[in-house]
Amino acid sequence: MKGAAVEREKPDHLTKSSRGEPVTFLEAIAEALFEEMERDERVFLLGEDIGVYGGAFKLTRGFLDHFGSERVIDTPIAEGGFTGAAAGAAHMGLRPVVEMQFMDFVSPAYDVITNYVATSLYRGAGPLPLVIRGPVGGGNRGGPFHSQNVEMAFFHTPGLKIAYPSTAYDAKGLLKAAIRDDNPVIFEEHKGLYRAPSLREVLPDEDYVVPLGVARTVREGHDVTIVSYGAMVRRSLEAAEQVEREDGLSVEILDLRTLLPMDEDAIVDSVKSTGRLLVVHEDTRTGGIAGEIAMRVSERAFEWLDAPMLRVTAIDSPVPYAASLEDYFLPQVQDVVAALRYLAEY
Amino acid sequence: MDGGQLLALFRWMYLARATEERLELLLKQGHLTGNIYRGLGQEAGAVGAAYALDRREDGTGDVLAPTVRASGALFLFGGAPIDFFRQYLARSTGPTEGREANVHWVDFERGILGPVSPLGTMLEVMAGVTLSFRVRGEDRVGMVFAGDGASSTGAWHEGLSFAAAQRCPLVLMVEANQWAFSTPTAGNTRLTTFADKAPAYGIEAESVDGTDVAAVFEATRHAVRRARDGKGPQMVELRYFRRLGHAQHDSQDYVDADVLRRWEERDPLSRSRARLLEQGIVTEEELERLCGEVEAEVRGAADRAVAEPTPVGERALAPVYTDRSVPVPWTRRDGVDRGATGTPPART
Repeated sequence: MKGAAVEREKPDHLTKSSRGEPVTFLEAIAEALFEEMERDERVFLLGEDIGVYGGAFKLTRGFLDHFGSERVIDTPIAEGGFTGAAAGAAHMGLRPVVEMQFMDFVSPAYDVITNYVATSLYRGAGPLPLVIRGPVGGGNRGGPFHSQNVEMAFFHTPGLKIAYPSTAYDAKGLLKAAIRDDNPVIFEEHKGLYRAPSLREVLPDEDYVVPLGVARTVREGHDVTIVSYGAMVRRSLEAAEQVEREDGLSVEILDLRTLLPMDEDAIVDSVKSTGRLLVVHEDTRTGGIAGEIAMRVSERAFEWLDAPMLRVTAIDSPVPYAASLEDYFLPQVQDVVAALRYLAEY
Repeated sequence: MDGGQLLALFRWMYLARATEERLELLLKQGHLTGNIYRGLGQEAGAVGAAYALDRREDGTGDVLAPTVRASGALFLFGGAPIDFFRQYLARSTGPTEGREANVHWVDFERGILGPVSPLGTMLEVMAGVTLSFRVRGEDRVGMVFAGDGASSTGAWHEGLSFAAAQRCPLVLMVEANQWAFSTPTAGNTRLTTFADKAPAYGIEAESVDGTDVAAVFEATRHAVRRARDGKGPQMVELRYFRRLGHAQHDSQDYVDADVLRRWEERDPLSRSRARLLEQGIVTEEELERLCGEVEAEVRGAADRAVAEPTPVGERALAPVYTDRSVPVPWTRRDGVDRGATGTPPART
């Protein structure tokens, strides 16, 4: 690569894990990006305001100085254009990581992602190793255009993978796995988790990946299975603790971590042991992933069910701005508690 | 251009036309189920442009993204007429094994980047291909063909904006054949020439008679040199006319017969042939022999492709991901467990 970087010293804020200091969810993602760029010179970044400005969330602060303008590329406001360009660069052997400033803005790139990127291998045009990542999710009073979850816009497209971590450890490991994967990966980062103090953790000093397609058992239990991901994992956990305390219920929680491919076996195994399923997702209800999960359980574990499969989701509306409206829109701990109690009593 | 080059260009144009005519015959004979697209009248634009590129077979040359109307460019880049037939005939022996159609195939060793149907996308993709050339310091350019219709898409604009801002060595060939399906140029833009779009992107453009193969070659050669010299994206507008319908099903009743006749009089092959004879580069007999050879080659390729098989249905399961397979529906398992999806629950 040409384009010598101005400064080669690794920025302090990106070396916390190697110094044994805890990192936030956002810092874990930044470390993953930085370490992958150090490890593999084919990895480069494209996005709006990621260079000089360091990204809307300052996630790529210090990257431009270290890696130079040919590996940290500030793009025009043209999501389709630079996502398509990432595809072209991937054809030529590079491994682009595209940042959507907010994932809500991925829609202009929907054409190139679904028609071009996702079909490339099948069309005989070769694999397209590229990652499209960015902040998603509500709760930050961002209104309709800075709060969406986009997984279901892509879930239906064969050829894509979708990751959606809920912890700093998983965020770093899944992003590294995504960058090393030869398939295109949509990587959703809940912005409410970015700087959440409760998610700060000390990560391993050494290089690690979390494989795509493997769910994590957050908590074991025998009365009800909750399948969730992203910011709703934490909310499900709070609900599980409450019903354990108040009702003596034992709730198992499965964090999908990757939506595509989906760890169907883990879901089925858990449902077979508890007999009850609740899916909790922040995305809106109609066409949400709960429908797909329920169908798979119906196909493989119908006889094990002791109650109808239920879901707790956002309501079917755009994401509203006012705090009172958004709180009503989003699934809350009490919604999960109510659903768990209903299932337990069924 | 010397006589040898002019003759070579004629041969490529003749190959394109003969191949497409043979394809039309295969359609009439009932060998095809899909649509066919002709580049009649646009052969000089395709061939003259691709001839200006550095063509190699080891993956280090220039990259070409043609369209269905630029088959001559594809052949020049080493795309074989038999593969062209296999693609249209959906043969399992073709480059995409029946999963994709017509010129939609890729051969990175030869620098062939077949397009997808939303053609504006190819500007975006080629922006990235050529970005990789620039950042790696490779002396390569990428050429994209796209017509009237694609020029109205957001992708066209976004791809060109990105490529221009990044000074990518991209050469855009605007196939100004005056039609986007049934919509005339005036229905796509208020401009009378697409070259007028170039200044908005800060790039250079040249407009050329797309029926004159030598003129196309000269204009493209300059554009390619500028792109290779680091001057960023270049546009070459090919002025010609789509002389057949959008696809075979389109009788193009909406085209004025007089206009069509005038363009038929400017047939690129007739013009090239007249020039070759006028300048004494070849004799009538030599030309006839050359055309006969090309036709025999094309017929042979078509006959072989027709005799080859189409893929078995199960090949629809061919790779969607590099590392995992798509499950076989349980209703089609034939008693073989291949990771079936939707296994019916055991009834108790």
